[in-house]
Amino acid sequence: MRWISDPLLTVDHLSMRFGGLVAINDLSFSVGRGDITALIGPNGAGKTTVFNCITGFYKPTSGRLALTHGTGAPAGAIDALTRSDLRRTRGANPELFLLERMPDHEISAQARVARTFQNIRLFPGMTVLENLIVAQHKTLMRASGLSLAGLFGLASYRAAERKAFELARAWLNVVGLADRADDPAGDLPYGAQRRLEIARAMCTNPVLLCLDEPAAGLNNRESAELTRLLRGIRSQTGVSILLIEHDMSVVMDISDHVVVIEYGVKIADGTANDVKNDPKVIAAYLGVDDEEVAAAGGGVP
Amino acid sequence: MQNPGDALKKALLAALITFGLSFPIVALRTDTNLSNQLVLTERWSLAFTLSGIAFVAFLLLGLVRPAGDERATPKTARSAAPPHPFTRYLPRIGLAFLIAYPFLAVAISGSAGAVKWIDNFGIQILIYILLGWGLNIVVGLAGLLDLGYVAFYAVGAYSSALLAKNFDLSFWLTLPLAGILAAFWGLLVGLPVLRLRGDYLAIVTLAFAEIVRLVLINWVPVTGGYAGISGIPRPTIFGYSFMPGPDNIATALGLPASPLYRLFFLFYLALVLALAAYWVTTRLRTLPIGRAWEALREDEIACRSLGINTVTTKLSALAAGAFFGGIAGAFFSTRQGFISPESFTFMESAVIVAIVVLGGLGSMVGVAIAAIVMIGGTELLRELDVLKAVFGGEFDPAQYRMLLFGLAMVVLMVLRPKGLVATREPTVRLKPKVARGAPAAE
Ligand SMILES: Nc1ncnc2c1ncn2[C@@H]1O[C@H](COP(=O)(O)OP(=O)(O)OP(=O)(O)O)[C@@H](O)[C@H]1O
Ligand SMILES: [Mg+2]
Repeated sequence: MRWISDPLLTVDHLSMRFGGLVAINDLSFSVGRGDITALIGPNGAGKTTVFNCITGFYKPTSGRLALTHGTGAPAGAIDALTRSDLRRTRGANPELFLLERMPDHEISAQARVARTFQNIRLFPGMTVLENLIVAQHKTLMRASGLSLAGLFGLASYRAAERKAFELARAWLNVVGLADRADDPAGDLPYGAQRRLEIARAMCTNPVLLCLDEPAAGLNNRESAELTRLLRGIRSQTGVSILLIEHDMSVVMDISDHVVVIEYGVKIADGTANDVKNDPKVIAAYLGVDDEEVAAAGGGVP
Repeated sequence: MQNPGDALKKALLAALITFGLSFPIVALRTDTNLSNQLVLTERWSLAFTLSGIAFVAFLLLGLVRPAGDERATPKTARSAAPPHPFTRYLPRIGLAFLIAYPFLAVAISGSAGAVKWIDNFGIQILIYILLGWGLNIVVGLAGLLDLGYVAFYAVGAYSSALLAKNFDLSFWLTLPLAGILAAFWGLLVGLPVLRLRGDYLAIVTLAFAEIVRLVLINWVPVTGGYAGISGIPRPTIFGYSFMPGPDNIATALGLPASPLYRLFFLFYLALVLALAAYWVTTRLRTLPIGRAWEALREDEIACRSLGINTVTTKLSALAAGAFFGGIAGAFFSTRQGFISPESFTFMESAVIVAIVVLGGLGSMVGVAIAAIVMIGGTELLRELDVLKAVFGGEFDPAQYRMLLFGLAMVVLMVLRPKGLVATREPTVRLKPKVARGAPAAE
């Protein structure tokens, strides 16, 4: 129950309205540090909207999204930060961030939340390797002295660049794309694009990795590979993973913690086993998709 | 290859359409005669000639072009094919040619004839190469469609002219200042339009260029209005000038007087400026900022998810592009010695955008070739009396320049929809290109 004892991200009373449509309604849950957390729910439940709020693409109508970079924040520290009009602490240990106050690029660069997209968003014309180098923009930009040191090829920048290439190469090996490094990312097959997008997100050195339907469009073998990949990433880097997924076999197999939402409201929250026997969850999935009901109710299809 | 029957059908159709169009416009023409009466001149042969040209052109096009339409292939496939070996050596061959060019011109057409070739062709083309490479950063790399690039050219030209005339600054100082001022204006236009994309950005930049032109026309006390600014100081080297006078460099060195020294100087100055732009841009491309520009062109939302500040990234692209526009403007003003708003119309922006698109978005070599083809081509059209043989005696090619220019562009875009150089050279490779030989300079 790390999501209670040691939360990395705490979502408090989050609401998101689009005009008259309430996409998320007073949603609260937490993501445990080091956990793999699944966010599930029927189509249109508001899962992607939650991701967009966490990563700063949408500004929530109300609610708080608090992220801590380590354990042992003094009690009340988050409330104190909320009362101030700051978006983050500076020099505190651990650092605290209020994501709803931060612009998207700072959420990635400072709060270190990375994400992938439901419909893959690579830089298709750039090579696989370049995609991973772009992800290290913040580090390289600082090393290049806003490009001036880089323009004249100073040694300090070249060293930083070499390190960036090494990191990229390491991730290419992890996702098994080393031999396609110099091909345009758009030329990769679908499954490889999904893996590249995950590797790219990991190159930003995140503490929280948000994956929007990483197994969508993958066949069974590829899904199993993905599960192994995600477990490996978590154990190697200690990154916490929050994923949206419709494939219940993946969800039940991999998750330490499952949060179920329907119509923007949380209907269940607990371990995979708790959730799959929850009558409300079964009801929510009933009439959506027989296969998924079977999966949610009775294990692997 | 298309089915020959299909190609024939299409060609016949094209000929028919051409005839239908040219029948009222070309074949029947009214002139006023001396007694102010309208007389009808019939020019059937010309109309038939035009239809014939359309027929042959479409037939060739149909037979030559692959049946699978090139434009239908996804955009990403473009860098898959290895670059043609010719493209790889082109930068070096081109550079050698450019360095030798003024001497070749003198050797071939004599010192009197060379003036035209160095000035109208060489220097003029180099200015557009510089402009094309500047705009290439904005449109080709960062993917921001800027239709008002001429505004920065104007800012550079006017600011260097005004600084030189009013504050007596040397050209060597006004040149970088013009670039910096233009870059500053690039930031200023950028700020309000950052949230805009694609078409909207294009319209705002277009409007900005128009505003700049109107200010130049109406702020008479400073800019001289339509009359422009004349007597702009010419550059000097170590106090020697290239204009007739006591400090003329040729007189000082005891050489015979000739306008060629000045042209040689301007040509090589333009070449050095263009090469500097080439060096900076290719360098920037491999730096985080340049990669961020290209990433921005590919997917802005993905950029934001990776911690890239798209606001500063866009601004830096606009400023870098504007900087080279300003440099080109400063060079232009000192070369002409006279500037007026007339030189900074929308047409200029359109030509520069056309050069970048035609060259292949993002390709430095392609942009240079496109500048040579487009600017050299329009200059050549002034010369072509051959065309009189086709279109009749009163045909003046210079008057049809823009028309022919447009036609040539349409044909090029049909044949090469992604521009002359459509391959994108990666900024970094994991494996060196052993199989393909030395890495390309681009
Ligand atoms: N930008 C937006 N403007 C208006 N409505 C939106 C916007 N984004 C999402 N919505 C609405 O919010 C609701 C939740 O959408 P969301 O994309 O979060 O669902 P989801 O759970 O990710 O569904 P799926 O499983 O199909 O991906 C939907 O009704 C959707 O139409
Ligand atoms: Mg979704």
